Amino acid sequence: MALSRDDVAKLADLARLELTEAELERLVGQLDLILASVASVSQAAAAEVAPTSHALALVNVMREDEVTESLPPEAVLAMAPAVEEGRFRVPRILGESA
Amino acid sequence: MNELILKGAAELSQLMADGQVSSQEITQACLDRIAQVESAVAAFLHVDAERALAQAQRIDRQRAAGQALGPLAGVPVALKDSFAYAGAPTTCGSLILRDWIPPYNATVTQRLLDAGLVILGKTNLDEFAMGSSTENSAFGPTHNPWDLERVPGGSGGGSAASLVAFETPLAIGSDTGGSIRQPAAVTGTIGVKPTYGGSSRYGLVAMASSLDQPGPCARGVLDAALLHRVIAGWDPKDSTSIDAPVPDVVQAAGQTDLTGLRIGVVKELGGEGYAAGVERRFTEAVGLLEAAGAQLSEVSCPHFPLALGAYYLIMPSEVSSNLARFDAVRYGWRVNDDGRHSVEQVMRRSRGAGFGDEAKRRIILGTYALSSGYYDAYYGSAQKVRTLIIEDFAAAFERVDVLISPATPTTAFKLGERAGDPLAMYKADLCTIPSNLAGNAAASFPVGLSPEDGMPVGLQVMAPPLADDRLYRVGAALELALRQQWSGPLWAELVRREESR
Repeated sequence: MALSRDDVAKLADLARLELTEAELERLVGQLDLILASVASVSQAAAAEVAPTSHALALVNVMREDEVTESLPPEAVLAMAPAVEEGRFRVPRILGESA
Repeated sequence: MNELILKGAAELSQLMADGQVSSQEITQACLDRIAQVESAVAAFLHVDAERALAQAQRIDRQRAAGQALGPLAGVPVALKDSFAYAGAPTTCGSLILRDWIPPYNATVTQRLLDAGLVILGKTNLDEFAMGSSTENSAFGPTHNPWDLERVPGGSGGGSAASLVAFETPLAIGSDTGGSIRQPAAVTGTIGVKPTYGGSSRYGLVAMASSLDQPGPCARGVLDAALLHRVIAGWDPKDSTSIDAPVPDVVQAAGQTDLTGLRIGVVKELGGEGYAAGVERRFTEAVGLLEAAGAQLSEVSCPHFPLALGAYYLIMPSEVSSNLARFDAVRYGWRVNDDGRHSVEQVMRRSRGAGFGDEAKRRIILGTYALSSGYYDAYYGSAQKVRTLIIEDFAAAFERVDVLISPATPTTAFKLGERAGDPLAMYKADLCTIPSNLAGNAAASFPVGLSPEDGMPVGLQVMAPPLADDRLYRVGAALELALRQQWSGPLWAELVRREESR
């Protein structure tokens, strides 16, 4: 099935990804080609085949609830884009743009 | 050319143990070589000269004091820039992490340091390890030392190229769909993807978590095995690492007799789309394996042709989820933080500016494959194909001990040749992807130069989960037979060329 420009714009919005017009145009064509090339996958997957999400037979891994050393706050904040009063400073979280 | 840069890790270890050379001399030789060739090869994103020399000096002192040291203590290694190394930039080849210096070490990094290895620096890669050429790196491509106009493969092109540029005897890679093996194949080096869970992913920046696996890169089979032993093994910090003994890969790398070993040639990985030069070298190598005592047969894995398609649904799905953490809130590049824009606007703008084309393509593709209404048709179907691939492997390994194929359909392509054509680029991983989907161990070993273009050809060996040692057994036999035939390693040709210039 073909993806429209609006479909890709919607997906980009869901993924919180700003795309330029040129990027959108390019992606529409490329994604169509990629999706066409993977169509055989849907056709081959018969109903009775069990899905595999992971190559290992995984079980939850638990550890003892022990207190261990963690990174000092300064080390964690050192690479933050913005810091204020020893905390991450985030952009405005309420309201629309002014 | 300083002789030291041509020596392998095992030989350097022996020379240091015998007191004939110091780690500082070796490290300095590598750093000098890096300074000499980087402008042409561009394998490194960051050279950590000061700490490398300090570590070398520490190892030399410990050796002089008679302390017990591990077998690779004092040997230099290059680290792919997707592994956290405290104090060094860890960019993943992305603008969004261009200034990020992690406050902690990946488990792989820590094990290298604990074993006394000397980390020379961080190597170039496709952005977030997504690509087959290193052209997706935000900081420019790496060049293949065999022909600087050609790609060194990817995503770990920097690690592979650094080996045959003689900048380092060892390197670390990570393999999600072939990012260790495909660069190894097209640079004539050795690259091993351990069994999934065989080495820790803690501190490896995640691309597709159910597929990613760290592994060793080297110019010789024994060197790769020695490095494998250092980094592999259970890690409580990675809940998907396997709590089982590491297969004895070093011992296996010392075996060269293949008597009784059953080797299956995968029928589906050959024929149309495979370069004649690749198939020719592969077929010759099959003959050598037979001469070394192995029993060869053809094995069909009927669902392998579906692996590429399944991978390009599963991997982007995991990518779209993993890259969601780059939200410009706690770390990474933040754009438009001017007090007027909301956190969501800043997030969209930062991700739009920080991610390159391939990352964006895969985020959108993954978001689509996981979206309601399409989940069953895409992600769900791909998971079923994953089951079919695993069953193909299981059936094959009932009949044979290992499977083999060409490691790549073609040799290294020209820089720019596939950059605008994602599908052509994706096909570079046609042979390597099945082992990521199934989680078994696999490796690429050099088997010569293609008569068509003079570029290296790799042979892939695939072994059952936790039978990583079999890769090295086959690799060692192949290496011995080929070195006898060539009167030395394949890369000696590069040395001859450089010396004749």
